[in-house]
Amino acid sequence: MSRRKTERLLGLVVCLLSTRRALTAAQIREAVPGYPDSFEAFKRMFERDKEELRELGIPLETDLASPGDEEAGYRIRRQAYELPEITLEPDEAAVLGLAARVWQRAELAGTAAGALLKLRAAGIDAEDTTQPVIEPRVHTGEAAFGPLWEAVMDRRPVTFAYRAAGRSGVQQRRLEPWGVVNRHGRWYVAGHDVDRDAVRVFRLSRIEGAVAFSGPPGSVVVPAGTDVRELVRDWDSTPPAHRTATLRVRTGAGYGLRRRALSERPDGEGWDEIRVSFGDIGYSDYLASFGADVIAVDPPDLREAVIRRLKGVPQ
Amino acid sequence: MTGPGVQTGSQRLQRLLALVPYVVSRNTVGLAETAAAFGVTERELVDDLNMLWCVELRAPDPYCPIDLSYEGGEIVVSEAESIGRPLRLGADEASALLVALRMLADVAPAGSSALSRTIAKLEAAAGESAAVSAQVQVQVDKGHAGDVLAQMQDAIERQRRIHLRYYVPGRDEATERDVDPMRLLVVEGRTYLEGWCRRAEGVRLFRLDRVLGMQVLDVAAAVPPEAEPVDVDEGLFRPSPQDISVVLELRPAGHWVAEYYPCESVDRRDDELRVTLRTPDTRWVRRLALRLGEDGRVIAPADLAAQVSEDAAAALGQYASGIPARTN
Repeated sequence: MSRRKTERLLGLVVCLLSTRRALTAAQIREAVPGYPDSFEAFKRMFERDKEELRELGIPLETDLASPGDEEAGYRIRRQAYELPEITLEPDEAAVLGLAARVWQRAELAGTAAGALLKLRAAGIDAEDTTQPVIEPRVHTGEAAFGPLWEAVMDRRPVTFAYRAAGRSGVQQRRLEPWGVVNRHGRWYVAGHDVDRDAVRVFRLSRIEGAVAFSGPPGSVVVPAGTDVRELVRDWDSTPPAHRTATLRVRTGAGYGLRRRALSERPDGEGWDEIRVSFGDIGYSDYLASFGADVIAVDPPDLREAVIRRLKGVPQ
Repeated sequence: MTGPGVQTGSQRLQRLLALVPYVVSRNTVGLAETAAAFGVTERELVDDLNMLWCVELRAPDPYCPIDLSYEGGEIVVSEAESIGRPLRLGADEASALLVALRMLADVAPAGSSALSRTIAKLEAAAGESAAVSAQVQVQVDKGHAGDVLAQMQDAIERQRRIHLRYYVPGRDEATERDVDPMRLLVVEGRTYLEGWCRRAEGVRLFRLDRVLGMQVLDVAAAVPPEAEPVDVDEGLFRPSPQDISVVLELRPAGHWVAEYYPCESVDRRDDELRVTLRTPDTRWVRRLALRLGEDGRVIAPADLAAQVSEDAAAALGQYASGIPARTN
């Protein structure tokens, strides 16, 4: 943006905020310096300027200048423009500074900084001078994060290519995104899968290539009572542990198992018997990782699965 | 502070609109302080102030709506006209702060009073813009005992040494050590204690969900001056030149490894992934290889691949050597 354009837009904002009644395009052209003489060239420039102000979140209104008037008028209502009064105690200002730092190295760093700037402009001193006890960071390394965040903010549908876990090949998906969730350090998007007409959760790291908007802002309706965090948790969770396994574990080994043991007792020289609960047969992979330190005794299907896993290790 | 990247014109317009209320809300404020707050040089700031002062409206009657001065390095706005208050928060701006605040409230019960007050005030100030923030959530893993975090916060604040019983999964070991705590980190969805480990004589990170037990000792913590805090913005785990480079080949059912561990490179060949990891200690890779079974193969180093085969053979030997399946 050129200096002249910045000056013109600044004048336009001040002008439209100051006016009590909506101004016609012709009145604006007279009041704000920097517009060209030709009315056609002015109209084109003014259209772009209006768009630019709206993109900055400035609530530019279009209405009729006065009753009976045919021509559109423009203004910015102060009440819609202005940040309401907000004051923070020092401890509140400190956590606000900490919150802005959460996104320091993420896609939202500029957005959080912009928010903080407005709050500073409202008189808040969100300076972080003390070394905090907790230093939190959220990363957004996945390329899909930026467009999906925007899609959720603007309630727009998207399409993207997705590579499902353990499958070969990618599939094109159409999604009405309801929310993005970071669960234990990984980003997910949940929403309505248009082709499957069902609720689906996708992991952002498995999205390949660009995420494209496929509809206008405001066209996605998030059903009332939707808890995106719950949707992702249900999708991500391991099956409930309802079975019990008996294991022989070498003395001094298997701490990961002992931590969650239901019972533990010595079982001959150098070995303990441990009982743990598990959800499904995939638990055998975890048991195989302990090598010769852990033997699955029971149930038989778990024991067989561990043996199969170990036999599969390339020789 | 402005965001990273190029200073665009729209950013400048946002700054100009914030500058007047910034000064107005403080009555008067120094040039240097203001420049620092906005992340610009004093020269850029003076240019901004001049641009504001020069705003002119020509109709119906010509006038200059904004009057200000910065004589003697102190900015005073005597006429702010219509831009005396900052622009309201956008949905994305309100959400960025609210999502982060809610995450903090979820993680740190000790700081929750200031957090919940700030969340309430921000929600009120953001109005409708705050609504969409509920559609974005950050959930940190809380697989640790309920009071571990509070005890650690307390030890950090009172500068007390901590005795830790800590599980090292890569070696499948429970270790005992004294740690002088520095701070808590919440990164990549997990909570860590950063501290000076007196056993290792270095700064170490301890994942809270791997703490088997802890005790705050009645000993003052003594973090040596050479203890360098981890640069959380550069990522917690950076490979060192001494690390061993491990190459794994993964079938589709083993592709999760590429998402779960920080890989130096990931190459796709048809259905197989070939990933390179760097690590100072390969014991955890041996466990990983057993876990993967036929879904993974160690390509390099060769002696590691041989070790994995031996590990599998030894484990299978246990099953063959008559350790019985339960018969009762």
